[in-house]
Amino acid sequence: MNKIVEKKQLSENVVKFVVEAPMIAKSRKPGNFVILRIGSKGERIPLTIVDSDIERGTITLIVQNVGVSSGKLCQLNEGDEITDLVGPLGKATHIHQAGTVLALGGGVGIAPLYPIVEAMKKAGNRVITVLAARNKDLLILEEEMRQWSDEVIVMTDDGSYGRKGLVTEGAEEVIKREKVDECIAIGPAIMMKFCALLTKKYDIPTQVSLNTIMVDGTGMCGACRVTVNGETKFTCVDGPEFNAHQIDFDEMLKRLQAYKREEDQARNEKK
Amino acid sequence: MEMTAQEKQQQERNKEWRDELRKSVPNKDRVSIERVKMTEVAPEERIKSQNIEVNCGLTPEQAQREASRCLDCANPTCIEGCPVSIDIPRFVKCIEAGKFLDAAATLKEFSALPAVCGRVCPQEKQCEIKCFYAQKMKKDPVAIGYLERFAADYERESGKIQIPEVASKNGIKVAAIGSGPASLSFAGDMIKLGYEVTVFEALHEIGGVLKYGIPEFRLPNSIVDVELENLKNMGVRFEKNFVVGRTASFDDLKELGYECFFIGSGAGLPNFMNIPGENLNGVMSSNEYLTRVNLMAANQDDSDTPVLLGKRVAVVGGGNTAMDAVRTAKRLGAEKAMLIYRRSREEMPARVEEVKHAEEEGVEFHNLANPIEYLADDDGRVAKVRLQRMKLGEPDASGRRRPVPIEGAIDELDIDLAIVAIGVSPNPLIPACLSGLKMTRWHTIEVNEETMQSTIPEFFAGGDIVRGGATVILAMGDGRRAAANMHKYLSEKHAEKKG
Repeated sequence: MNKIVEKKQLSENVVKFVVEAPMIAKSRKPGNFVILRIGSKGERIPLTIVDSDIERGTITLIVQNVGVSSGKLCQLNEGDEITDLVGPLGKATHIHQAGTVLALGGGVGIAPLYPIVEAMKKAGNRVITVLAARNKDLLILEEEMRQWSDEVIVMTDDGSYGRKGLVTEGAEEVIKREKVDECIAIGPAIMMKFCALLTKKYDIPTQVSLNTIMVDGTGMCGACRVTVNGETKFTCVDGPEFNAHQIDFDEMLKRLQAYKREEDQARNEKK
Repeated sequence: MEMTAQEKQQQERNKEWRDELRKSVPNKDRVSIERVKMTEVAPEERIKSQNIEVNCGLTPEQAQREASRCLDCANPTCIEGCPVSIDIPRFVKCIEAGKFLDAAATLKEFSALPAVCGRVCPQEKQCEIKCFYAQKMKKDPVAIGYLERFAADYERESGKIQIPEVASKNGIKVAAIGSGPASLSFAGDMIKLGYEVTVFEALHEIGGVLKYGIPEFRLPNSIVDVELENLKNMGVRFEKNFVVGRTASFDDLKELGYECFFIGSGAGLPNFMNIPGENLNGVMSSNEYLTRVNLMAANQDDSDTPVLLGKRVAVVGGGNTAMDAVRTAKRLGAEKAMLIYRRSREEMPARVEEVKHAEEEGVEFHNLANPIEYLADDDGRVAKVRLQRMKLGEPDASGRRRPVPIEGAIDELDIDLAIVAIGVSPNPLIPACLSGLKMTRWHTIEVNEETMQSTIPEFFAGGDIVRGGATVILAMGDGRRAAANMHKYLSEKHAEKKG
């Protein structure tokens, strides 16, 4: 079973869990995700593995309370069990020595970015990280990111912390200032879309990690399909990371809304 | 020397009770009995719920009468049609004699899932088509499938479930990957032979396609659960939420003592047609639709998983999965549940019974039509499907007449949900973790067809990961053959060690 051994509120709507999962802790790689389920009527929800501790046999997950299912997870406490947890799923990030890596994280997307920043740094890269949040209170993992980054730039929408502006503004400044060999961007789909447009302009190879809708997460249902370079790909088995310059983000943004009506209804009912 | 299957059949057939039973009714009386009709819930009643099983099963009287039609042939051809080689005359004659529990025990000698097979096997293409009645007399064959279901149901409902005999433990650990029919059949045979068997499943439920795929109205989950319980009682261990190769590597499992592996991971990846608009909201695979409903119970109010409830639902395909999807849509409130198939009704791969049931339930058939584009409404949801009308041309490689487009014959249907059920491709997850495993160009695992052994000796495989998309019973046949041959392989290996 997968017991929660630690719970920490990172911001108003974002919670960090450390969960017992000894085998996954050992086998996971940066970029992998798990699927979990709360209760016998629970939905299967994908979450990127943020960190792991092989000795303790735990993995770290960070979740934003955005709906019925993430809400149920956020209500769990230390000592509670997660009903079902499976992983690690998805292809691991291609970690290699690229030179200078620009890591862009937005909102709760900073969580899945963290293990990649760590791995990229350990692989000998110069890592410049730009973190963005709506305001100071919503910024997560800043300290942890500083540990593995040569430089961290913080951007907030309202200027309550770091600099006022969007993640792309911080990113462009770095790109103009020095040679960036590779970029990785993780955050809301709309943010990744604009990051991709920016780096395309400067011809910088860019990876993004997609948070599409999934059911099984093992290649069975196709709910997570996304158009990459004109071809349909399954995020769960072909991704979750893809070449940002080849993704049809507009289609992806629409597909994220596929169950919006149903989800809004569910949220209202459970209130 | 052990008896061959044929010798064993003959020995059983020569038993006194069988001989007496054969003589008790003249054959001319047997052949004059009409084949039994399965009682079904009326269409207007059964479409009210996903959970009403359509077929009601036979009463003991019906079953005995039907069983008495069987002539207990000296050379029974029906068995040749059965992928798991059940001694069909023996179980049928047990039913005729009123020994219903013995009938069930006979089935379990050969099949790990008799109650499942009695419901979903295409008997009309297997054992029943080989029946003497069908072969030599041009009459309706003995209803072997109905009788199989009867025996399995009788045993379950009697509460006297018999656990098949299991050999004493030999201490050798083997693993089955995936918990669908191929793996369950494999596990059932290996546990009987004395192995320690663990079945690993990636999902949170055991049963594979029996749970996520086949709907309740055709195969209730409670029936599957009883068969799983039997396997557990025989000693099979099940590990859910475990992706072999990912959660733990094959090397990790070998270190834990697993000597051989059976890969029955199924055909996961749903196929799409790659036509414009296929990624619109409201267009999904049958796997997604059926998984949401069957595995996640998304049609029930207390489930957290959503499902799109269409009023005008188009299902693309002509197989059993397409039938399952379109009939599910009907039960979930579709005013129009439409089936779009590019060939004509005669070429449909679905079972005749499923097509008949779908028709009775008011499913609209759009045959000789092929989707070429999906069109969206202002919200970006699917609103129309454009269809190319087809006609039948010359036969193709499958022997069926090839559908060819009728030039200029294009029209549109108003829809709000489209479900694509045009087949599946093998799941890449397991093969991707195993370097050295030889794959075919269809991305299935290459095996020796006799032994089901892959190019890595300690790996056997069967079911859809080998066939690319087949039936429950063919998968079970593969599981049986893999078990027999893995047993042979391991016995020889261990004998060598000792020698």
